[in-house]
Amino acid sequence: MSQILSKIAGLGTAAFVVAASSPMLSWAAETVVATTPAANATAWWVWPFILLVVTFVMGIVAVLGGVGGGVLFVPIISGFFPFHLDFVRGAGLLVALAGALAAGPGLLRMNLASLRLAIPVALIASTCAIVGAMMGLALPTNIVQTALGATILGIVVIMLTAKKSDYPDVKEPDALSSALKIYGIYTEASTGKEIHWKIHRTPLGLLLFVIIGIMAGMFGLGAGWANVPVLNLLMGAPLKISVATSKFLLSITDTSAAWVYLNKGCIIPMIVVPSLIGIMFGSLVGVRILKVAKPAFIKWMVIGLLLFSGLKAITKGLGLPFIF
Amino acid sequence: MTDSKCSCVTKEASEEQMLYAALLEKGMYTGIGLLFITFILYVFDIVSPAVPVNEVERYWGLNAHAYLEAINQDVLHLTHPPTGWTWATLLNKSDFMNFLGIALLAGVTIFCYAAIIPTLLKKGDKAYAIMCIAEVLILSLAASGLLAVGGH
Repeated sequence: MSQILSKIAGLGTAAFVVAASSPMLSWAAETVVATTPAANATAWWVWPFILLVVTFVMGIVAVLGGVGGGVLFVPIISGFFPFHLDFVRGAGLLVALAGALAAGPGLLRMNLASLRLAIPVALIASTCAIVGAMMGLALPTNIVQTALGATILGIVVIMLTAKKSDYPDVKEPDALSSALKIYGIYTEASTGKEIHWKIHRTPLGLLLFVIIGIMAGMFGLGAGWANVPVLNLLMGAPLKISVATSKFLLSITDTSAAWVYLNKGCIIPMIVVPSLIGIMFGSLVGVRILKVAKPAFIKWMVIGLLLFSGLKAITKGLGLPFIF
Repeated sequence: MTDSKCSCVTKEASEEQMLYAALLEKGMYTGIGLLFITFILYVFDIVSPAVPVNEVERYWGLNAHAYLEAINQDVLHLTHPPTGWTWATLLNKSDFMNFLGIALLAGVTIFCYAAIIPTLLKKGDKAYAIMCIAEVLILSLAASGLLAVGGH
């Protein structure tokens, strides 16, 4: 198994390194004006095929690294593929949405994703995601690309510094969460114990989802990287409830933003469908690998990739040369 | 770990949560299935697309506004570029057929929310029923295309 893991990790690294360093890819990524068949001799299926392979590897890496596919997809594909950022964000939202829709039913049935916790949060986040999507589509591309790069670097900082708490200590629920009856019980599979949970600091948590929603809509990122720390560390939901509810939450937040992108024509099936297929099958393989091993280095690889693609997005947005 | 004293809380998912999950699952599988089938029709040229597959690369480097203008001028020849729900009038073209699955994936959540409202009202859970109605309205507004603004 370790050989398989190292081969897959090697393939993943190679695919990303190729994507990052190939002069052809770099050239294409800088091409934001229309290309004509005469000017571009690449067969039509090459880019969608590379996209399929890269997103397949991305799906594996995302599962092993514990991040959503969307957060890897947007910076890497926008940085190293010839697609305009509008279409990458549209595809990124659909990638995150499809992942959330696939996971949602199981998480809800297991009572790990809490509908009572998600509904008020989603109402705010999805409304703000619409605002974010409209802002993102109205702003000049270079500004959005630069802001995306800064956000990705911020995510790296969060991944490096944020601690997680399996069972946060919530002494008393706040008035709002009590009124809304946001609490629950789940069975911890590893110990068989019943975990009773409740939350606090609900108003502040809801306020933060204003920002999270706007960023999710503006950049086409899934927002698990922000949802989980707020639900877990700030509002005090147990880690499993936070992760599951966050995943389910994306199915609602990304729905609202996805409609804005769809209605604005930011969806090209030739980009969306290979991405979805790649990420989905990559995730399936990733889950199988995760059952038998959890290589810690993958997390560091994800951080490295995000750092790399964040810097690429900033330099691309600012029109600066990139060192790779 | 916390210890809720509420007697109404159970470790099983609530009725509305199970209903939501069941609908979400059906919508998700149908949407993904539709998306794959229509993509096969498109990519293998079983049904002819509006924009031939070997010409898509001419457009994907443009921003969305310029892309819509360009495909309208080159192939569609509509009065206006195809924003909003215009794709629904072009379903005889395989590239636009793909939007059926995408729209279902993006729309299933609206149906899930709408479906649990009667259950919440039956339970007397007015606050959550109102929030669900608000969510249906917001998502429907986003889906309507009324928010499609200019840009770029």
